[in-house]
Amino acid sequence: MSETPTLPPIVAAIRESRRALARLLTRIENNAAAADLAALYPHGGKAHLIGVTGAPGTGKSSLVNSMAKAYRAEGKTVSILAVDPTSPFSGGAVLGDRIRMRDLHGDAGVFIRSMATRGNLGGIARTTADMIRALDAAAFDVILIETVGAGQSEVEIASAAHTTLVVEAPGLGDDVQAIKAGILEIADILVVNKADNPGVESTLRALRAMLDLGHRAERIMHHGQLMSVPAAAVVGEDEAWQTPIVQTVATNGTGIGGLLAKIAEHRAYLRESGVQTLRERASLNAEISERLRELLLARLIERVGVARLQALIERAILREIDPSSAAALLLAEGVQE
Amino acid sequence: MSERKIRVLVAKPGLDGHDRGAKVVARALRDAGMEVIYTGLRQTPEMIVEAALQEDVDVIGLSILSGAHMALVPRILELMQAHDLADVKLILGGIVPDEDITALQRMGVSGIFGPGSDTQAIVEHIRKVVPLE
Ligand SMILES: Nc1nc2c(ncn2[C@@H]2O[C@H](COP(=O)(O)OP(=O)(O)OP(=O)(O)O)[C@@H](O)[C@H]2O)c(=O)[nH]1
Ligand SMILES: [Mg+2]
Repeated sequence: MSETPTLPPIVAAIRESRRALARLLTRIENNAAAADLAALYPHGGKAHLIGVTGAPGTGKSSLVNSMAKAYRAEGKTVSILAVDPTSPFSGGAVLGDRIRMRDLHGDAGVFIRSMATRGNLGGIARTTADMIRALDAAAFDVILIETVGAGQSEVEIASAAHTTLVVEAPGLGDDVQAIKAGILEIADILVVNKADNPGVESTLRALRAMLDLGHRAERIMHHGQLMSVPAAAVVGEDEAWQTPIVQTVATNGTGIGGLLAKIAEHRAYLRESGVQTLRERASLNAEISERLRELLLARLIERVGVARLQALIERAILREIDPSSAAALLLAEGVQE
Repeated sequence: MSERKIRVLVAKPGLDGHDRGAKVVARALRDAGMEVIYTGLRQTPEMIVEAALQEDVDVIGLSILSGAHMALVPRILELMQAHDLADVKLILGGIVPDEDITALQRMGVSGIFGPGSDTQAIVEHIRKVVPLE
């Protein structure tokens, strides 16, 4: 696979050996792969990243399984990152998504990795983004990222993807789950899975009503600021992407062909409209700024000393100084030295 | 900095029935702070070793109630060798006659836990055999 002789050793290794890839992913999870990540970054950017999110039990893993099979039939290689929450009580996790992915075993063109959210420094979103970069550099054509769409961090993970599927299923209660979780805004495609179950019509109706009300937003850079603006303002009213609703039965493959066609359409839209570049610029702006903030903070604290910070905290407790003035004072002292 | 976690694959090879015991163990390991990759019923040795490799686990835990351990375990160990997973620890739960225990240990099985074993014993065994740093 590695035609280029100049490939950095880590990139050559993860393209040739699944074991090397698996070990790199572990180092990333343990925050011990900064040098590897720097080396592999230039060799990524080719995979199509597809986020699959939705309420528990809607059939995300089953859907990922049948999507992966369909991509394999097209000759594309696929990796899957299945993210599940860490128990806040024990710090452990039971990761069970592979149960629904057994059809994919024994295929060298598929790689599945389960991941717990842990309490990672900088948030789970960043660790996941780094894991995706490793899989991307390992030259998979498609990367499927499964997350339980329940909270803000899952929404952040999903928004690292190019194309985000929000999965709904009938019969999970009266409300459409995405409305509660507030994740409808990030859906590029809405999937109504378990279309073989009763209640599909009412789920479809509820989703259509929601789509009519809502406006798709794009997160872009505007006057040097990261902003959420109406999609129509970015690409024009007629060109803006209209979130489609696709029905599937993940357990028998019904509707998967249609879903893949919509994903391909969305990918073409992202490229032709220029939205992909806008999104990338915005997310890199956010990431670099965040990392810079951390570096600056660490550098400043190092300069003034932790003791100085603690002393100001004590003074704030006694109401002798307010937090904002304390921060300004620390900055002044740090920069001056 | 996020701490390193012990990762354990819990699998149920063979064609026999239920996975209640395997689930109890999976939850106990989670409650002990470990990350458990649970793969469910009817796993072939190939599926188990492939999953262990992709998930980069420290331990493979097998639940075998069918009595087929003398056929399944050597095959799994052989595949582990072939995939450079010799450093991964293999533990076994289920009904294992005394005469097989020594043979399995000699093959390289790190721990064997009969029915009704205290899950805490399994947790302690794993903590002992997996070096954290
Ligand atoms: N009838 C029907 N059942 C389905 C369909 N898709 C999935 N299921 C079943 O729904 C259950 C949950 O499926 P999963 O794929 O594990 O769902 P999930 O969203 O990944 O679940 P979590 O990861 O636990 O949130 C399983 O019993 C599946 O067999 C479908 O299209 N129709
Ligand atoms: Mg799942």
